[in-house]
Amino acid sequence: MKHLPVAGKFITVLFTAAFLVACSGSDTKKEDEAAAAAAAAAASAAAARAAQEAADRQQSLDDAAAAVGNVFYFDFDSSNLRSDAIEALNAHIAALQGTDRSVRLEGHTDERGTREYNIALGERRANSVRDYMVANGIATHRIESVSYGEERPVAYGSGESNWSQNRRVELK
Amino acid sequence: MKWLTVLALKLALLMISLGARAELTIEITQGMDNPTAIAVVPFAWQGPGSAPTDIASVIDGDLNRSGQFLPVSRSDMLGLPSVQSEVYYRDWRAIDTEYLVIGRVSVAGQMRIEYELFDVLRQSKVHAGVVTGAVSEARMLAHQVSDAIYEKLTGIRGAFATRLLYVSVTRVPGGNDYFRLTLADSDGARPIVLLESREPVMAPTWSPDGRQIAYVSFESSRPAIYRQDLATGQREQLTNFKGLNSSPSWSPDGNTMAMVLSKDGSPDIYLMNLASKRLTRITHHYAIDTEPAWMPDGKSLLFTSDRGGRPQIYRYNLASGNTERVTFEGTYNARARVAQDGRNVVMVHQQNGSFHIALLDLVSDRLHVLTATELDESPSIAPNGSMVLYATKYAEQGILAAVSVDGGVKFRLPAREGDVREPAWSPYMGR
Repeated sequence: MKHLPVAGKFITVLFTAAFLVACSGSDTKKEDEAAAAAAAAAASAAAARAAQEAADRQQSLDDAAAAVGNVFYFDFDSSNLRSDAIEALNAHIAALQGTDRSVRLEGHTDERGTREYNIALGERRANSVRDYMVANGIATHRIESVSYGEERPVAYGSGESNWSQNRRVELK
Repeated sequence: MKWLTVLALKLALLMISLGARAELTIEITQGMDNPTAIAVVPFAWQGPGSAPTDIASVIDGDLNRSGQFLPVSRSDMLGLPSVQSEVYYRDWRAIDTEYLVIGRVSVAGQMRIEYELFDVLRQSKVHAGVVTGAVSEARMLAHQVSDAIYEKLTGIRGAFATRLLYVSVTRVPGGNDYFRLTLADSDGARPIVLLESREPVMAPTWSPDGRQIAYVSFESSRPAIYRQDLATGQREQLTNFKGLNSSPSWSPDGNTMAMVLSKDGSPDIYLMNLASKRLTRITHHYAIDTEPAWMPDGKSLLFTSDRGGRPQIYRYNLASGNTERVTFEGTYNARARVAQDGRNVVMVHQQNGSFHIALLDLVSDRLHVLTATELDESPSIAPNGSMVLYATKYAEQGILAAVSVDGGVKFRLPAREGDVREPAWSPYMGR
């Protein structure tokens, strides 16, 4: 699909070159060279346009990923991905698929429960995000999971309004 | 202009390190109904100038904190004897004093504290003792006097001449908090910052001889277990595996470190031989296995696992390799710590949504909830088994608090600044 316009342009260039050759038989060699140079210039311009288009596509995927944010939230004592998290994660996976970028997943919990158990729970959350990414085509070696448990809260206070902000995985 | 910026930066750093002290204060919130009235008369200073440390007031504080004693106020004392010949029992009976402590402090190179303990009702000397040591250790010497008095009067060895490790945090909203690992006396005095980091510091613990500590630090942007010698400050990184590196716990013989690693998948308990660094995996379950705690005989370990669906305490027997469940009451029991008697186990226990400190008697199999606050965690038991230090939240601030194993005595140790958490009570520091 994406090669068609490039091929089309090539054909145009070739026709133009053939027309030029047909019109002036006198200095054929010189005109051949000119035609070849024109064809090469057109080809590299086309390649540059294609690269620009790919970069634009990646940029729009990156923008879409940035728009959904890099934080995925979880329910209490759960490491199951919520539907809102899956939607956001899909945008990040789409953006990662066209690149070889590596990501770091930082798992966090709220303050309830013991610190060491929460470190383990934070890892479970980071790993469930990792597993979803791997299942959707991101290579394991590109993903690092680190759990901070309850040590790095976003909201310092108690109560569900603070706790719900702290139960999260951050993609960095 | 530039030097002004540098100066401002230095001042900011200075203020941070002042705040770093996170010095603890003591607020007794509940004592025993009939505490024993004891008068600790200011000790006579027999050196040049004035006394560098008020020894009697350190002893007063210790006895008061135990909840079992009520120190007599100095302003109520009718005389201030420092030798036996100056003691008039009727002066002390008149103000309902049951026991009397007098003493003398001298310095000849080392500090020397001589003291006597009297039974006012029986009009007799119960105990006389001498402690000596460096002048810089004056407070520790006073704690040793408290230990002797406490043991004479209760029959239980005192645990005042011990130390605490704790983690304190200065919040930086929207940025990286400051984490500090602090060493202090058992009364919170003389805090020393051992480690300062913008990355989390967790799980401080003591070697059984009290000479080394271990902890988890994220300073490399990942968790790793370190051990550190307190006298030399020398530090060794023990682990740096992929995934969790947490919950270091020294075996009673000091040769092995139990820890939690998730390098093979899920969090499991491993034993590291500290000489060879060889690892032995002792739990093999896809659930979370964490928070290992050695029984005092070194033959088994308690740990937390959610293999049954919710976190509960299990016991792993090293000889047989068998695992048995220990806790059955409640839906959340975690982070056990065992008293030296091998009988009392303290843990975090959830009840009606709140997290409390509970004590499980392994012989009677009875569980007693010791605290009534909401977010209690990280219990650490005194080496004499009398008090449990733990972390809680008070007025939206993380603080340390203590409760006696019978639940009768409670006190708080709020920090002047920042959040304080994860207390670790040292073993006895030699005698």
